[in-house]
Amino acid sequence: MTEERRIGVYICHCGGNISDYVDVAAVREALKDEPGVVVAETTMFACSDGTQHDMINDIRGQGLDGLVVASCSPKLHQITFRGVSKRADINPYAYTQVNIREQDSWAHGDDPEGATAKAIGLVRAGIAKSRNSSDLVPLVVETTSATMVVGAGIAGLRAAIGLADVGLHVYLVEREPTLGGWVATFGAMFPNDQDGRQQIAHLTEEVAKRPAITVFTNAELVGKSGSFGNYVAEVRINGEPSETIRATVGSIVIATGFDTYEPEAGEFGYGIEGVVTLPEFKAMVDASDGTLTHGGKPVRTIAYIYCVGSRQPAGGNEYCSKYCCAASCHASLEVGKIDPSIHQYHLNRDIRTYGKYELLYTQSREQGSVYMRYPDDTPPTVELTEKGQLTVTTIDALTQSEELAIPADLVVLVTGMVPRANEGLTGLLKLPVGDDGFYNEIHPKLRPVETVVDGVMIAGACQAPKTASESVGSGLAAVAQSAAILKKGVAELDPLVAVVNDAACTGCGECLKGCPYDAIDQTMCDGRTVALIIPSVCKGCGGCVPLCSEDAIDLLGYTDVQMRAMIDSLVEVAVS
Amino acid sequence: MSLEAPQGGAFKPRILVFSTHNISDPGIDLAGSRHMHYPAPVSTIAVPCSSGLKPSWIVHALQAGIDGVFIASDGDECAYLPDCSERTARIASQAQDLLRAKGIEPQRLKMAAVCSVCAESFVKYMNEFSHVLAELGPVGTIAA
Repeated sequence: MTEERRIGVYICHCGGNISDYVDVAAVREALKDEPGVVVAETTMFACSDGTQHDMINDIRGQGLDGLVVASCSPKLHQITFRGVSKRADINPYAYTQVNIREQDSWAHGDDPEGATAKAIGLVRAGIAKSRNSSDLVPLVVETTSATMVVGAGIAGLRAAIGLADVGLHVYLVEREPTLGGWVATFGAMFPNDQDGRQQIAHLTEEVAKRPAITVFTNAELVGKSGSFGNYVAEVRINGEPSETIRATVGSIVIATGFDTYEPEAGEFGYGIEGVVTLPEFKAMVDASDGTLTHGGKPVRTIAYIYCVGSRQPAGGNEYCSKYCCAASCHASLEVGKIDPSIHQYHLNRDIRTYGKYELLYTQSREQGSVYMRYPDDTPPTVELTEKGQLTVTTIDALTQSEELAIPADLVVLVTGMVPRANEGLTGLLKLPVGDDGFYNEIHPKLRPVETVVDGVMIAGACQAPKTASESVGSGLAAVAQSAAILKKGVAELDPLVAVVNDAACTGCGECLKGCPYDAIDQTMCDGRTVALIIPSVCKGCGGCVPLCSEDAIDLLGYTDVQMRAMIDSLVEVAVS
Repeated sequence: MSLEAPQGGAFKPRILVFSTHNISDPGIDLAGSRHMHYPAPVSTIAVPCSSGLKPSWIVHALQAGIDGVFIASDGDECAYLPDCSERTARIASQAQDLLRAKGIEPQRLKMAAVCSVCAESFVKYMNEFSHVLAELGPVGTIAA
């Protein structure tokens, strides 16, 4: 009885992201009299608190039973407006999110008329979907109050402690034989000179104090099965012989960190004796016994070359690695503590010591370090002269365009961060990887640690270049998000599963054979054998739907009636 | 071959894309997020998995006046079905058989795997498919 539906339609300007190209008023005008539409409004920001409140008032005041919001991708706000529906006590599955931003205004800025026509079709299809929705109740599953943290660097360690402290069991899985990752190799770190090794030692002690944390070293996550809230994670502990254990966990936090950029042979003289990367230099400074020497000789002059492996042209690492400017300024201060008479030249493109780290830059200059900017298109060159002198040639872009040759004892290539080679893990968990090779969150501001894989979160520098403190911050965000999912003890799953029309089913068994999850069984109904789909096991893929020669299976939310109505809505005149 | 979309005034074929929530739909979103252009008469309906599409929906769309249907399939990345590529290919070939029987050009159905970051290839597919359909002309109105 679709004509009895009472649907509210809200078309979002998104500031101007949508309305600059799509005539939202025309979309409203075209659809306000569609069957079942009771309220049709345009709104500046549909996701704002005020508009959500207005929607709830409309739902209650006008007795609405379905909601359509035309705004951004469902990845961003489907959950928001399902929430609005729930708060207004109507069925959240009568809500349809229509994407007129990513899939319309942003893609058709060259064709505002076409974009508006497209929006009308898409919103009409959304209304048709809501109009043909049935009342559905979320499936409730009990969740396991345990989490697996993959990677025991500073982010993973801190997350493990936080997870244990909120009362979850933690399996901490580290590929290396020892805990601590990169930070465990560092001495004094910016901004407050605390020793990385000591910080890791402290975190490791805290881990050891907590019986809720089970640590596996030399171990890798090699299998994942089950479903959200109750994943079965398979961990291989490498050794002679290798051993495999299984743990049931409600969520998984990926904190696999970064690798440091390895320059190509010859890139800024890499390979020449005395040309080192930032981590190699850091190790030399950290290991200093009060002098700084290289190849048995005291180091008198250091030349730093910034942005090696970062901010590369298209096709390379286009991003800024973010930590390296501050780390180099800090390293120069550490060098000054060893011997303030060492000459230090910092050849940079810009200095990005953002926030409080700016003070390190000021201190470094005050201490005598010389900062020179080189032009983007003329980077410094490094060579060994005939006399065996390591020499850096550069142009100081801010004074004059004359070439300067700096004889140096040590050239430090200020190398950035790159994603770790983790193809196995990425493939296993189906983690989304960005163009830059780092893992992608769902939304950088609204859902910064969640991934599109339910219950799998990312933290630390596996997501993007981060400082140690930012890594710890995202680790703790993953703790909060895991707690939000798992502390209730139950999770609601979408009830968008397949269902069988008993009257049409002939019991042929084709669907049973086609389901790899064994979600389909057979049962007796009115003396006949028919297929029975087990909702808690069904993944909701719909793979069985086209296998049925009798059209007896529907996927809820994507029923035959809904799909045909949506298709018809996209064409102006439907063929009957 | 030019990959430009057909220009104003010319017949602009209406294309229905079936995408998948976790894989191809994010790829199509990404094309928009990067402000890459493809013809506006391309509209997308997302489903969980391309192996859940019914051949009859594709026939229905072309009979209703959609000029072309594009299945942006999960390919090997499908989180649900290890044989998703084969299943979706089977659905496409069944749909093409049905189209032939109804006198509708089977070229009006196209399928390709579109990954979650495949924005560029999606735009390329749309521009190419739009060209092919522009040459075929509007879908014939054939009584079912």
